[in-house]
Amino acid sequence: MTIKEKEPEIDLARRCFLRRATSAVGGIGLAATAVPFVEYWLPSIDTEAKAAPVTVDMSALQPKQQLTVAWRGQPVWIIRRTQEMIDDLPKLNGELRDPDSLEDQQPDYAKNIYRSIKPDYFIAIGVCTHLGCIPTYRPDVGSISPDWLGGFYCPCHGSRYDLAGRVYKGVPAPLNLKIPRYSYLSDHEIMIGKDQSGAEDG
Amino acid sequence: MVNSRLLGWINARFPWREFAKRHLTHYEAPKNFNFWYYFGSFSLLVLLNQIVTGIWLTMEYTPTADAAFSSIQHIMRDVHYGWLIRFMHTTGASAFFVVVYLHMYRALIYGSYKAPRELLWLIGMLIYITLLLEAFTGYVLPWGQMSFWGANVITSFASAIPWVGKYIVVWLRGDFNVSGVTLHRFFSLHVTAVPLVLLGLVFIHLVALHYVGSNNPDGVDVKHQKNQTIAFHPYYTLKDLAGAVVFLVVFASVLFFAPKMGGFFLEPDNFTPANPMKTPEHIAPVWYMTPFYAILRAVPDKFFGLLTMASAIALMFVLPWLDKSSVRSIRYKGMYSKIAIAVFVICFIGLGYLGVQPVSPLRSFLAQVYSIGYFAFFLLMPFYSRYEKTQILPEHLTE
Repeated sequence: MTIKEKEPEIDLARRCFLRRATSAVGGIGLAATAVPFVEYWLPSIDTEAKAAPVTVDMSALQPKQQLTVAWRGQPVWIIRRTQEMIDDLPKLNGELRDPDSLEDQQPDYAKNIYRSIKPDYFIAIGVCTHLGCIPTYRPDVGSISPDWLGGFYCPCHGSRYDLAGRVYKGVPAPLNLKIPRYSYLSDHEIMIGKDQSGAEDG
Repeated sequence: MVNSRLLGWINARFPWREFAKRHLTHYEAPKNFNFWYYFGSFSLLVLLNQIVTGIWLTMEYTPTADAAFSSIQHIMRDVHYGWLIRFMHTTGASAFFVVVYLHMYRALIYGSYKAPRELLWLIGMLIYITLLLEAFTGYVLPWGQMSFWGANVITSFASAIPWVGKYIVVWLRGDFNVSGVTLHRFFSLHVTAVPLVLLGLVFIHLVALHYVGSNNPDGVDVKHQKNQTIAFHPYYTLKDLAGAVVFLVVFASVLFFAPKMGGFFLEPDNFTPANPMKTPEHIAPVWYMTPFYAILRAVPDKFFGLLTMASAIALMFVLPWLDKSSVRSIRYKGMYSKIAIAVFVICFIGLGYLGVQPVSPLRSFLAQVYSIGYFAFFLLMPFYSRYEKTQILPEHLTE
């Protein structure tokens, strides 16, 4: 008598389950492994430390003058606006994309017509919201076009902003210039990167 | 003979004989290849040049914000023949795009993207994108003004992505602004990741080519036809070798007499060290990216500008499915297709010219006109290629 070997039955449902379970577990493992490789690209701890707030003394700044300081490797402008410049700001509202600063480009305390804490001192990040070039400070009336009331002009792609960093209509830049968090330490000294409340830019 | 004994020993262990037969001595290519068929092999030659000179440059280059610019000066002045190796690399970069654009133009006029070569075309397009990435990351390395501001503008593209854009920009740069961190990672990508991808793509481009076989200037199918093909080796290897001599004469002339090509291959502003506090008066990418840059600038809106530029490239990918013509080659296509290709060439070169010029109202208007011409070539192709009267396709090659 010979023992006939039984033909093994293929349990397709079981195979299917095992294939799916293996793929799922392997997939989760691969995704988890990807996390450190992706996070490696984020700013490192020391790079973040170098991005700490900076203190600026503005006492030597004369009206109409511009002071540029480096913060996080990008230029931050401090401009002492004249009374005439401040008075001109509301005149431009019709030509601007976002005259009332509705877009989230500034902290709440700069969400006003001057886009600053004190009307005469304007603080902004000097980086064009189009593609990151540095606009030029053109305070003189009529220097860009005959009806120009002073502002910032980007040489790269022709974007224009007024003296509160508000972007004009019909230029490639979509947003007003970004206003960093800042606070007054005294009348003429500010800290860029940190609120009065102590909150820092993320 | 020792030689044949050695070959025998190898062939018993490695399929060298089969490989040489299949891909060289018995690889049948159409007999009527003309001038336009040089550029595929030229691009392999330039790729070899870039790899060898690149490895040599890496030995003396320093990828840090403080030392990058001066290490290039060190290569140019102090390293023996450093100037030669560097100019071979920079001239090679532009030469790469010259031959690749001509190679793509060949595919365009002879319909080499049409069935069964759609995938061959798609792999080729991926090579082109990878090459743009390689050129961009390499351009940042000298850390001059154009390097810095080019990196700034191009990484800013990601900021147009809704919601997460600004986080992606910081992630790409590894810093809150373009900095030495960005430079160092671009160096890594330029010398390892991107070239590896490039080599892999070139390999599968050749695999796909040898599987479907080459197209030809007549666009006639030559598979299974007698007396229409010749062996790749020795016939086309020798033809390409003769072409390579002429190519190298031109290449060496540029290399020795005009390596900067009047600012088109190496821009004057890049001979000033990177300064994050000052944008150069006029930013333009190197010539091979300017057509797309001009399309970007033609649209006065950030998001739609980038979308338009991306679609200009995306349309090239779908070319095989836009061409509804019953014939491949321009030789047998109708009048509409011929006019369309002429319009396309004028628009592409026009955009390339405008991309290097500063913005002015007239130039912006022209860029918009050329952009419309560029898009019309692709978007109207399903219509003009289907309804035009084509000439009768011969059964055999005509030459």
